Amino acid sequence: MSGPVLSVTNLTTHFFTRAGVVKAVDGVSFDLAKGEIMGLVGESGSGKTVTGFSLLGLVDAPGRIVEGSVKLNGTELTTLSNTDLRDRRGREISMIFQDPIATLNPMLTIGQQMKLALDAHERLSTRAALARSAELLEQVGIPSAAARLRAYPHEFSGGMRQRVAIAIALLHRPAVIVADEPTTALDVSIQAQILYQMRDLAAETGTAMIWISHDLAVVSSLASKLAVMYAGRIVEQGPTATLLRDPRHPYTAGLIASLPAMAKPGTPLTQIPGTTPSLLSLPPGCPFAPRCTEATDRCSTDPQMTLDDDRGWRCFHPVGLPEGATA
Amino acid sequence: MSDASTPLRRFWVEFRENRIAVVALIVVVLMILLALFASIVSPQNPYDLANLSLMDSRRPPGFVGSGGYTHILGTDPQGRDLLSAIFYGLRISIQIGLAAGFVSLTIGTTLGILAAYVGGRVEALIMRMVDLQLSFPAILLALVIVALLGQGKAQLIGALVAAQYAYFARTAYGAAKAERGKDYIEAALATPLSARLVVWRHMLPNCTPPLIVVATVQIANSISLEATLSFLGLGLPVTEPSLGMLISNGFPYMMSGRYWISVYPGVALIILIVAINIVGDQVRDQFNPRLRK
Amino acid sequence: MLGFIIQRFMQAVVVMAVMSVIVFFGVYAIGNPIDIVIPPDATQDIREEAIRRLGLDRPLYEQYFIFITNLMQGDLGRSFVYNMPVLELIGGRLPATLELVLISVISATVLGVSLGIYAGYRPDSWISKTIMAVSVLGFSVPSFWVGLILILAFAVNLGWLPAGGRGETVEIWGVPWSFPTLDGLSHIVLPAVNLALFKLAMMIRLARAGTREIMLTDTIKFARAAGLSEATILRRHLLKLISIPIITVFGLELGSTLAFAVVTETIFSWPGVGKLIIDSIAVLDRPVMVAYLILVAFLFVTINFVIDLVFALIDPRVRHGASA
Repeated sequence: MSGPVLSVTNLTTHFFTRAGVVKAVDGVSFDLAKGEIMGLVGESGSGKTVTGFSLLGLVDAPGRIVEGSVKLNGTELTTLSNTDLRDRRGREISMIFQDPIATLNPMLTIGQQMKLALDAHERLSTRAALARSAELLEQVGIPSAAARLRAYPHEFSGGMRQRVAIAIALLHRPAVIVADEPTTALDVSIQAQILYQMRDLAAETGTAMIWISHDLAVVSSLASKLAVMYAGRIVEQGPTATLLRDPRHPYTAGLIASLPAMAKPGTPLTQIPGTTPSLLSLPPGCPFAPRCTEATDRCSTDPQMTLDDDRGWRCFHPVGLPEGATA
Repeated sequence: MSDASTPLRRFWVEFRENRIAVVALIVVVLMILLALFASIVSPQNPYDLANLSLMDSRRPPGFVGSGGYTHILGTDPQGRDLLSAIFYGLRISIQIGLAAGFVSLTIGTTLGILAAYVGGRVEALIMRMVDLQLSFPAILLALVIVALLGQGKAQLIGALVAAQYAYFARTAYGAAKAERGKDYIEAALATPLSARLVVWRHMLPNCTPPLIVVATVQIANSISLEATLSFLGLGLPVTEPSLGMLISNGFPYMMSGRYWISVYPGVALIILIVAINIVGDQVRDQFNPRLRK
Repeated sequence: MLGFIIQRFMQAVVVMAVMSVIVFFGVYAIGNPIDIVIPPDATQDIREEAIRRLGLDRPLYEQYFIFITNLMQGDLGRSFVYNMPVLELIGGRLPATLELVLISVISATVLGVSLGIYAGYRPDSWISKTIMAVSVLGFSVPSFWVGLILILAFAVNLGWLPAGGRGETVEIWGVPWSFPTLDGLSHIVLPAVNLALFKLAMMIRLARAGTREIMLTDTIKFARAAGLSEATILRRHLLKLISIPIITVFGLELGSTLAFAVVTETIFSWPGVGKLIIDSIAVLDRPVMVAYLILVAFLFVTINFVIDLVFALIDPRVRHGASA
């Protein structure tokens, strides 16, 4: 199959609150190829979670998608009816969340919850459903799967619970999985396990993944390409290795520099000065300008995405390029 | 970002937006004023026996009595002008409600904060007692206390307080416990400041919002409970008829069509209670962080 | 799970013991214990004779012991007014109260939870707003007033339903119940509605708050992301999750409803235990009062115990004594 499995163009999601319009997602575009893992990185409030929800059409009121297109396997999702959209959720695109204790219903067994997810899209006999569920639990690394189906979520550890959630997300072999901070709530030692498990799964099943995280270090070990978000926009995107080695946008550079791994021992950690802006009252022009070391008067107008081969950045003064080499 | 307004003003601005709540608040204030100035506003003093004439008893609304004025709401079995009786009754009902509410607030808050602050056995003991009391219906408790102690204003307030202090205690305890664990309290306690000062200046103010909410609800409950007790004949003595007693007086006459004796005091009671509850609801919604979008 | 049951049972026993002590010493300390067993208008000779006969001149703990042993044997004293054993008296009137309370509580819960879930699921529809506004009324209006209005409207003005009393009864398992008969039903409707109103309002508000909160959780989001239909989510997730707070309040409110039955029974002249206690307080029939308190305490403890059991049944975390 040629062409990207997921194609997002100018996705814009606004929240119409009492206090004003919150432009949570403001013109986000990217493509995802089959089996590709993309990292969506940003601080809290950058709009990355809302982007994930928008892809599945799960934006809660008072928010809604106001503009843009989301094409999954060639079908436009934003114009689908609720029924058609629901048909695709879980089957062609699914999502896992940050805290597995909150996503699994404590009063139903794992087996029951998996059966519910199965029944949403297929008619299976109980025996077939149990078999498929057990098969998937084994695939995500849960031993004695058949017996574990009768267990309740609180009988599992945090890492195991997240594996169950992943198993549920994979039940119908979707083309895309959106993972919203899936390892943030887990112990560091478990994080690595889950990371590699998911990478292997993606390779095995050909499922593409969008890994949403605020942790650049975690994502970059897994994703083949990155998109960095700030104040609702993607400010830079491109192949992971290239971005890490040679960032263009000052924000990306700042993120990389502030990683503890990058710090020289004995010196204070580098920080990006200032705080993320309130999405209610964004200044005109580049939203990062107030915190940017490279900012000039030019930055009071909105920079567009500059494309260069397989990467792009939204900046009038990208770092790493000789001055004057900008659009 | 801050527009130099005090928390009170911000509270009021948001409160203002709910028009129903504002109307309710006006109604409550109005009724309090009516109660306060009952003696001035009433066309007749219903407790001055000299004013009453049995000839006027049980007359329908609009009747012109021997005093020469129109009884807008009719008269009761003793010949009292119902409108006046309602104003005086309002006074008593509000009095009792506020008194019971205030005393419950004081006792309950003290117990709750004490339990949260001291901890250990004292905490366990106090909260066990509070929990037991909370699961016991207020009306039964009040019934029992009145039955054992006899009738009278003080006894009634005592009964109401016993039935309600637990709500305040539990709320104060919850809020104080949350504050107790916070670092700034530990820090304050490490200073030479007396413990009492720490509680008074730091823990107490943070417990105030939920206590205000409970207070409004409980005042309405006190009024309702007192009315119920009076209706059953177990409330205040006959010399101080509250709205509940007025309603009870009129009950036997309802079957024969003389509805006004019960209905109008009842309407006054309902308006009072519902208005307080609406205000309380709005206050609660505004203080509840989880509902704020 | 067995350990859980035993633990709760022991707690119940302890509470009962404490309650009996409180009731006994309360009456002893506040009232004159003689008044419990002897009508207030007895002569001095009779009093002294009774004091000796009943051992009231003995030390307190001995009296308490006698009290408890009598209690165990089902002897709760004799009523002054009716001159019959209190146990018999209460027993005779209990079915009336029970059927009133049960019918009210069950209908209030079923209706209230349904309406509340709807109001919580679609909070902005005008139906929901109406439901909530009406629930405020049900909540704040004193129940005796509602009873009055009901009588005024349906009995006096419209004449559809009787204004009081209990209807014809039919014996099931040796106990007279009135709801199986048409006449009985017509008598039970108004008091049941009166009694149910408060609980209905509570359940509506509770179900609504619970629904709103639950629908915003990740559990629901995850279920939606998996493609479950809204109907399935409501049925399999919401109902299960909401059952915990509902059942808690149900248990608490059951006791409260028993208490409010006192008022309803008085207004509608319903011959139940509630009316009995009000009448007894009015004439100071103390044996009945004491017995009533013990009975209520017992009911409370039993209800709480049963609710705890139900929790263990429906919430797997409780079953496994989970601390996970």
